[in-house]
Amino acid sequence: MHGRPRKALKPEDEAASSAKAEKLRSLQAQFLANHQNSIYSKEALDLSAKLLEINPECYTAWNYRKLAVQHILSNSDSDPQSIFSDELKLVENALRKNFKSYGAWHHRKWVLSKGHSSIDKEMRLLNDFQKEDPRNFHAWNHRRFVAGLMERSEEDELKYTEKVIGANFSNYSAWHNRSVLLSNLLKREAEGYFPKEKVLEEEFQHVHNAIFTDPDDQSGWFYHLWLIDQTVKNEAPLLVSSWPSHGSSITIIGDNGLRGCGLSLLNGTQSDSGTLPIILYFNQAVKGINSSTVAIESELLTKELVWKPLAMNNSSTAQVWVVYLDLGNMELQQSKTYSVEINIGHSSGILSSNGNHYGDPSQISFEVFVQTANTEPTEGQGGKRTTWNDTNFQKIDHFQELDSIFTADQNHHIPKSLDWCTEEIVKEITNFRDLLSEYDCKIGKLTLARLLTALDMLSSQHDGRKSNTEEVLQLYTDLMKLDPTHSLYYKDERSLISLKQITSTRDSLLPYCHYHKDATETFTGHVCLRLQNLSLSRMGSIENLLWVQMLDLSHNELQSIEGLEAMQLLSCLNLSHNKFGSFTALGPLRLLKSLKVLNISYNELGSHSIDTTRYLCSSPVAHTEEFAWDRFETLTGSVNATNFWEAFLLFGSLALTELNISGNAVADENFRSFLVKVLPTLKWLDDEELS
Amino acid sequence: MTEPQDPFSFSSYPPIDPINFDLIVIGTALSESVIAAAASAVGKTVLHLDPNSFYGSHFASLSLHDLTSYLTSPHHPPRAASGGDSDYFGVDLVHQHPCSDVEIAFCDDESESFLRENSRKFNIDLGGPRALFSADKAINLLMKSGASQYMEFKGIDESFVYEANEGLANVPDSRGAIFRDKKLSLKEKNQLMRFFKLVLKHLDDTQEEKISEEDLEIPFVSFLEKMKLPPKIKSILLYAIAMVDYDQDNNEVCKDLLKTKDGIDCLAQYSSSVGRFPNAPGALLYPIYGEGELPQAFCRRAAVKGCIYVLRMPVISLLMEKVTGLYKGVRLASGQDLYSNQLILDPSFTVPSLPSLSRRDVLTERLQMLSQRDIKGMVARGICITKSSIKPDVSNCSVVYPPRSLYPEQVTSIKALQIGSNLAVCPAGTFILYFSTLCNDADEGKKLLKAAMNALLTLPVSENSESIPSVQSDSADIKPIVIWNAFYIQKLITSKFEFISSTPTPDGNLNYNDLLDATEKLFGQMYPNEEFFPKATSPEDPKDEDEDEDEDDDGEDSGITLES
Repeated sequence: MHGRPRKALKPEDEAASSAKAEKLRSLQAQFLANHQNSIYSKEALDLSAKLLEINPECYTAWNYRKLAVQHILSNSDSDPQSIFSDELKLVENALRKNFKSYGAWHHRKWVLSKGHSSIDKEMRLLNDFQKEDPRNFHAWNHRRFVAGLMERSEEDELKYTEKVIGANFSNYSAWHNRSVLLSNLLKREAEGYFPKEKVLEEEFQHVHNAIFTDPDDQSGWFYHLWLIDQTVKNEAPLLVSSWPSHGSSITIIGDNGLRGCGLSLLNGTQSDSGTLPIILYFNQAVKGINSSTVAIESELLTKELVWKPLAMNNSSTAQVWVVYLDLGNMELQQSKTYSVEINIGHSSGILSSNGNHYGDPSQISFEVFVQTANTEPTEGQGGKRTTWNDTNFQKIDHFQELDSIFTADQNHHIPKSLDWCTEEIVKEITNFRDLLSEYDCKIGKLTLARLLTALDMLSSQHDGRKSNTEEVLQLYTDLMKLDPTHSLYYKDERSLISLKQITSTRDSLLPYCHYHKDATETFTGHVCLRLQNLSLSRMGSIENLLWVQMLDLSHNELQSIEGLEAMQLLSCLNLSHNKFGSFTALGPLRLLKSLKVLNISYNELGSHSIDTTRYLCSSPVAHTEEFAWDRFETLTGSVNATNFWEAFLLFGSLALTELNISGNAVADENFRSFLVKVLPTLKWLDDEELS
Repeated sequence: MTEPQDPFSFSSYPPIDPINFDLIVIGTALSESVIAAAASAVGKTVLHLDPNSFYGSHFASLSLHDLTSYLTSPHHPPRAASGGDSDYFGVDLVHQHPCSDVEIAFCDDESESFLRENSRKFNIDLGGPRALFSADKAINLLMKSGASQYMEFKGIDESFVYEANEGLANVPDSRGAIFRDKKLSLKEKNQLMRFFKLVLKHLDDTQEEKISEEDLEIPFVSFLEKMKLPPKIKSILLYAIAMVDYDQDNNEVCKDLLKTKDGIDCLAQYSSSVGRFPNAPGALLYPIYGEGELPQAFCRRAAVKGCIYVLRMPVISLLMEKVTGLYKGVRLASGQDLYSNQLILDPSFTVPSLPSLSRRDVLTERLQMLSQRDIKGMVARGICITKSSIKPDVSNCSVVYPPRSLYPEQVTSIKALQIGSNLAVCPAGTFILYFSTLCNDADEGKKLLKAAMNALLTLPVSENSESIPSVQSDSADIKPIVIWNAFYIQKLITSKFEFISSTPTPDGNLNYNDLLDATEKLFGQMYPNEEFFPKATSPEDPKDEDEDEDEDDDGEDSGITLES
C-alpha cells in the first residue's frame, strides 16, 4: 500500500520473527527435497502450499506447483477444473499475504491460461483487490490480461478507469490503463471514439481537473504529457531532412576531392574510398528502406544500393538511413553535371515501428558536378596536425551554400490538418499560463515549456509565427533553480532548445561557422561548425547539421552524443573539455566511418568506476555485439584487459589518424600503447607524432 | 399502535418497584437518553419515563399518522390523581407543546388516500433535518458507549449547495469531489484545493507551517478574504462545509460570527468524515429507520445497564420538601410517588409561575427559577413528501441554501435533507425532505422554508389553484410535486443545571455536536466525579457473530455498522 511508514521491530517481535524464520527454513528444506525427487503426493503439495502461503516470494515453489499441475493433469482420471480452482485459491491466499508477489501473480496467469472456466470470479476478485489498493500495478496488469481473456469491451474497462480515477485521481496505473485503452479505441475508430480530435479534447478537460485541483500530484501530468504527444505527433513517418539536400549541387574536385555546398571534404575521406554518401533523416525510426521503397535515378548509379540503418543495436529500424554511391570505379567526365533524383515512399514498404506507413511520398534531386583538380593534393595525409585554437579559425561573412540547406527544407513535409493541433496547443498554453499566475509550480512550468516547444514545432512548419524560444529557455533556467534535483534533465532540454534556435535559420547558424586554418597557418577552406562554450549537455537538431564535416563541441557539459551517428560526413570532431565518463558514451562514433580526427582530451574517461551509461549501450557481455576476442587478446596481451573492452569496441572500428585523449584518468602509458595497436592508422596521439 | 389512552386507565398501571432511584429522567429525547445511558453505565439506578407511547420525544421518527396527531393534538397532561402522602408539596407540571404554528397540507385527495394507506411505512423525523458526520461526536459517542451495535447507517450519497440562478451544485468537499466537480472553473478548483491543503497542513502536527495565532482569532470570513478566495468558494466553505447559520458578511444580522479557529475545526471534522467508512461516499451518515433510532440505541444501552423504562407514563407533579423546598420525587399519572436524588426534565415541561404564592420563601424562589426558560430564538422546520427526487438518480442527499441565495433579505442559511426508501423511512418510490432554518419569528421562518422548497419543488397550491401552463422546456428539470407537507416552529431552549435539570431542545444544526456537548456538560455537572461513558473493561456483551457475508460482492447497498 502507499504512504504507510514502516515501523521498526520491537525486540519481542524480533524473537518471534526469528522463530518464524526457523520454521520457514525447515519447511523450505522439506519442500526442496520433494522438488528434487519430483514427489507430487497430496502431502507434498500441501507442504508447498503452506510454504507459499507463508512466503509467496518463493519462486521455486511456484515452479514446483506448475510441474505438479502438469504431472497430475497427465493422469487421465484427474479433474482439471478442480485442480485449477485449488491453484487459484492458493494464489489468492498468497496474494492476501503479499499483494505484490510477482511469482503469485504469474502463477495465477499461468493457471488461467491453461483453462479458465472461473474467469467471471476472477473479475470479482480483482474488483475486491483493487478496491483495497487501487494503484497496485500487478492488479492492473492482471486486469488487462483477464479483460482480454473475457473479451471484455474496452469501453467498459475505460469506464472502470473513470470510476477509479474519480475516487482518487492520484493513480498512475489507472491513468496509464486509460491511455492504453484509448489508444486502441482511437486506432480502430470505435463508435463514440471518433474523430480523434473530439476525444482528445474531452480527455484534456478530464485531466485538467486533476492538474488544477492538485498541481503537486504528478499522476495527471503524465497523462497530460501523453495527450500532448497524441495531439502533436505525426503517426506517419516523414522525411525531415537529407544530405545532399533537395536542389543542392555537389562539386567533386578531380577524382580525389569532393566539394559539396562549398565544403570540400576533409582528408579526402570519401575520395579515398570513392564514395558519396546519401543520408535520409526521418521524424521517427522506420524500417523498410531499400531500393524499391527509395528509388534513385542517376547515371552515377552503377549497381544496386544497399541502405544501412544508422542504429547502435543492429536493429533493422532507424531514424537515419545511409547509402554510399560508389564513384571509385567510374570514369567521371570533367565539367559534367550529373543529376541524381531520389523518390521516397512512392511504393509502400516504409513503416514506423508501430506499423504506420510513410506519409507523403517525396522527392529529392541534386546535382553532382565534376571539376578539374586545382588545389594542393591531399591534406591530413601526414605532417600536419589539426589544431583547434581560436587563432585557427576565421569568421565567415558569406556562406551562400547554407541557403540550399534551409530553403530546401520545407519541401519534405507538407503540413496537413495542423490547424486543430495548433489550436489545441494554444488553448493549453492559455490554461497553463492561468495556472501559473495562480500557483507557481515546477511541473506547470515544465508543461508550459513543452507546450511552447510543441507550438514552435507546429508553426515552424506552418507560418512565420513568432518563436517562443526565449521564453522556453528562461523557463528551463528557472526550473534548474527551482528544482535542482532534476537540473540535469532541464539542462538537457535547454541544450536541445538552444541547438534548435542556433540551427533553425541560415542567419542564426552563420555566426557559428568558421573557416579553418591548418597548422601551416594557411586557410584550408574547410568550414568548421563551432558550438563550443554553450553549456550543452546534450546534442540535438542533428537533422540540420548533416552537412557538417568539422565540428567543435569543446567546453560544454556533454555526457552523451546520442544521435551524432547521423553526421556521416564528419571527419574532424572536437569533444575536449566535456563530461564524457566512459567510452560507451562515445559509442555513436563507431558509425562515423569518415571520422579521422578526434579530440577527447580533458574529459572524465576512466574517472568513474561504475559506468552509468552502460545499460543503454553495448558491452561485450551483453551479447549484442560480435566481439573480436581474438584480436582483442592479441592486442592486449599481458595487460589487464578487461578495462579496455570498451575502448576496444570504440576504436577497433575506427580509422583515426589523429587522437587526443590527454587529460583523462584512463590515459596512462599502458593505455596509450594499447591505442597505438588498436589504431594502426594513427599518426598523431595526443600531441606527439607517431613514428 | 397507540390509540389515545384513557387518562384514567393510568391508575390500573402496576406500581413501579423499587420507588427510590439515583436519577429519574423524564422524556426520551437524545440528551435524556444519553444521560440515562451514561448514568447507568457508572452504576446509578435510573428510572426513565416518557409520557408518549414511543421512544425519542423531540427526536422520534414517527409514522405519518402519529406525526400528524403529535403535531396537531395538544397534550393534556392528566390531572393529578389522588394519593401520596402529604410530607411533600406537589407542584403540577405544565406541558408546553414543543411545536407551534403547525401547518399541514395535502396535495390532492388521491395522494391523501395513498398516504393514509401507507402511513405505517413512514418513519418521519421530528427533529429533522438531521444527519451525522462520519467523524463527529455522535459517531464517536455511539462507539464509545456501545450503542452503535443497535444501529446501522448508510451514507448520504451527495451533498449539494443551492446557488441562485444555478440550482444545485455538488459541494466540492474533498479532493475527489473537487476533481469531479462540473461547475467550478479550473482556477477555482485550484484555489479551493490549495485552501484545503493549507488547513490540513495546519492541522498536521508534523508540519511546521501553521496559520498564525492572529489569523485564528479573526472571523473566518475575513480569513477567507485574506486568502483571496472568490465569493463562490467562500460561500461554499462557510455555509456548505462549516455549515454556519447566519450571513457572515452582514454584521448587523449575524448573531454568530465564526472565528477562523472554529471554522478550521469544522473543516477538519468534515474532511476527516469523508472516506472514514468505505461504503459512505460523502461526509454524512443517516441511520436506517430514521433518526429516532439514535435515542433508542442509547435507551437500549441504558436498559442493558439496569435502567428501568416506562413509556406512556406522564408525570403530573414534582414533589418538593415543604420546608427546604428541595426536590424529592415525582408523582406519576398512576398516582404513584417515586423518589430520586436527581431529576432530568424534558424541556417541554415547565412549572407554572406561581403569582398566587405570596410567600417569598426558598421554595417559591426555586420554582420561580424553574419556570424561567432561556429561549435563544426559534427553529422553523418543514417536511415534504414527494414521489420523485430533487436530483435524478440520487436518493439521499443534503442541500444547503446559503444566505442570500434565495432572496436578498435571506440572512440565515437553510439546511435540507432528502431521504429515500432505501433507508426504510418511506414506501418505495417516495422521498421525505426535511428543511430547517433559524428565525426570529414564525412567519419569517416559514417564508424562508417555503422559498427554499419552491426553488426545488412544486408545493401544493393553497387556493384558486389555476393550473400553471406547462411551458417547461426540455432542458429544465421538472420539479418534484409535493404530495404532503408540514411546517412547525420550535423554540430553542438551552439546557439547565439546577436542583432540577433540563435538557436542551433540538437545535437548528444538521448534526448533534452542540446537543451532545451540552449533554456531556450537564452530566459532568450532575456527576462531577464520574466519567462520561467509561471505557468498558470486560466484554460483558459479546458481539454478535457476524452474519454470513452475503454473496452480493459490490457491497454498495449494505449498511454501515460502526466498529469500535
